[in-house]
Amino acid sequence: MGKPRISVHKFSSCDGCQLAFFNLGEDLITLAGQVEIVHFAEAGMVAPEAEVKVAFVEGSISTPDDLERIEGIRERSELLITIGACATSGGIQALRNMRGNGWRESLYASPEFIQTLDYSTPISAHVRVDLELWGCPISSEQILHVVSDLLRGVVPSASDETLCQSCKRSGAVCTLVSAGRPCMGPVTRAGCGAVCPRFGRDCYGCTGPVSILNTSSMVHCFEGLGLLPDEVEQRFRMIHSATPQFRKLEESNG
Amino acid sequence: MGNGDDPQFLPLTQLERLLRSLRDAGYDCIGPQLKDGAILYQSLESIHDLPHGLSDLQSPGSYRLTENQGGRLFDWANGPSSLKPLIFPPHENLWRANKGSDGGIEFSSYTPDIAPLAVLGVRACDLAAMERMDHHFLRPEKQDPWYRKRRESLLLIVVNCSHPSDNCFCTSTGTGPESRSGYDLRLHELDDGFLIDAATDRGEEILQKLELSPAAQQMVEEAKEELERAATVQGQAVAVDDFRPIFSGREDDPIWERIAERCLGCGNCTAVCPTCFCHREEKIPTLSLDSSTHQRVWDSCFTAEHSMLHGQPVRREIRERYRQWLTHKLAGWHDQFGESGCVGCGRCITWCPVGINLVAESAAFAVPEEGVE
Repeated sequence: MGKPRISVHKFSSCDGCQLAFFNLGEDLITLAGQVEIVHFAEAGMVAPEAEVKVAFVEGSISTPDDLERIEGIRERSELLITIGACATSGGIQALRNMRGNGWRESLYASPEFIQTLDYSTPISAHVRVDLELWGCPISSEQILHVVSDLLRGVVPSASDETLCQSCKRSGAVCTLVSAGRPCMGPVTRAGCGAVCPRFGRDCYGCTGPVSILNTSSMVHCFEGLGLLPDEVEQRFRMIHSATPQFRKLEESNG
Repeated sequence: MGNGDDPQFLPLTQLERLLRSLRDAGYDCIGPQLKDGAILYQSLESIHDLPHGLSDLQSPGSYRLTENQGGRLFDWANGPSSLKPLIFPPHENLWRANKGSDGGIEFSSYTPDIAPLAVLGVRACDLAAMERMDHHFLRPEKQDPWYRKRRESLLLIVVNCSHPSDNCFCTSTGTGPESRSGYDLRLHELDDGFLIDAATDRGEEILQKLELSPAAQQMVEEAKEELERAATVQGQAVAVDDFRPIFSGREDDPIWERIAERCLGCGNCTAVCPTCFCHREEKIPTLSLDSSTHQRVWDSCFTAEHSMLHGQPVRREIRERYRQWLTHKLAGWHDQFGESGCVGCGRCITWCPVGINLVAESAAFAVPEEGVE
């Protein structure tokens, strides 16, 4: 049996999550010996039609071209793993889902050359996804975790605890309780290593919602800290505006 | 030895000498310091790093530091850090698997390499919490070697608490504000120095090196008054010590739903609780197929994985998870260990982002239901 073949595909995204592979450092060299990377355009390998064991998919479905490509990739991959906010929830570009494409005309000199769908949607809205890695961007650690499991024949899993759990383990002082900052940690999935709170900054939810969360209590908490409704909305809308769990906001705000 | 009624007096100017004696005796020192807007236990180089003239204001879901005019060093109630990370670290390597030369798997255990550690400024509630952790990790039939090693490396210098926060309730749990046993050295801070006594040989050894004089009777009286004030000033008290009869048959009480409307399910209460000991085991991710390292990591009854059975979480909802936490802490703990799991430190109240108050919530169950005979 040969080495497992993997591919890394890009859809509508900034390429930042693909960098998590490059940032593996020495592990990337080890990985390159253990798997056969058949398609990873940013690293120079181009074979988008190749059949693979695992396809990592970055980016949301945001253009007619995206829509066309994703089904074939699904068919040619045993496992499909999304990487990052765009692929798992629609990403920052899903902000347009709320206001339509009207912004295009005011931002671009020749909007007629831009072809986008009305909505930016996650990969899971179109094809079956086996595992989602949340983050904006994802970390090298998350890649390592998944590949480490795959190489041992274990079904990979991703973190599903609140950011607060990893924040407290790191010994960081809670920015919400000690400084009244509107930290999204209690509704956010761990995975980033609590990098913002460890440097005194309130979490802005880039790793997306944890599976069981209490959005309305978080909203009331932020209101209690003095945030206006618009400011509360911006906390939830920043990275994962289209994710259903954060969209419960409308109900919470009445 | 151990005669708290007959303490010696350590002038403030001599406190640095205490620190030096500890170092000379081979201890690394940890003490409370201002860091990131809170008072945390950190490696202590000099007594000048102690939180001079600082106090705290705590309320449900809020912690703020304030400056005071008194200039004492221990005029504050506990911050988020307890002894827990020192005896039960958030991550601890337990064992390793290596591919053997014959193709089999060889297992080996990690032995932590731990230097003797003196902790200055431990409070009575945290001492009580550590004793409760002992009852779990040092059960005679199943001792945890990692915990044991860390536990035995500690020299504990408690400072009686004269500044409980509004969230404290150790008087009602019988765990403070005065430390009565379990310490090596005990201090009581006064304006110009400390009453000091020892309760163990190790503590006595350090104390003798300081060559101090007995404290004046007036100082002892002053300390007693301060402790009485600290005990009576606490604004809240747990309804009872053993909640088993109160929680019994109340699994579906609407109170749980009411709490769950506010509870974020974040698990901060369990992380700051000095007696919460739940953990999971994880393999440190690695691409190497020749070896793997396995560590235990703090877990929480608020995570889905915690109640996973046959691939499904038994406790899906926040309501069930909060119920599990509170009933274990105040009732189930009695079944397991013959005592409550709560020591009245108030951390779960302060560090809950939405300020859910264990004392008030548990009291709601203790109030007789209307119309019920």
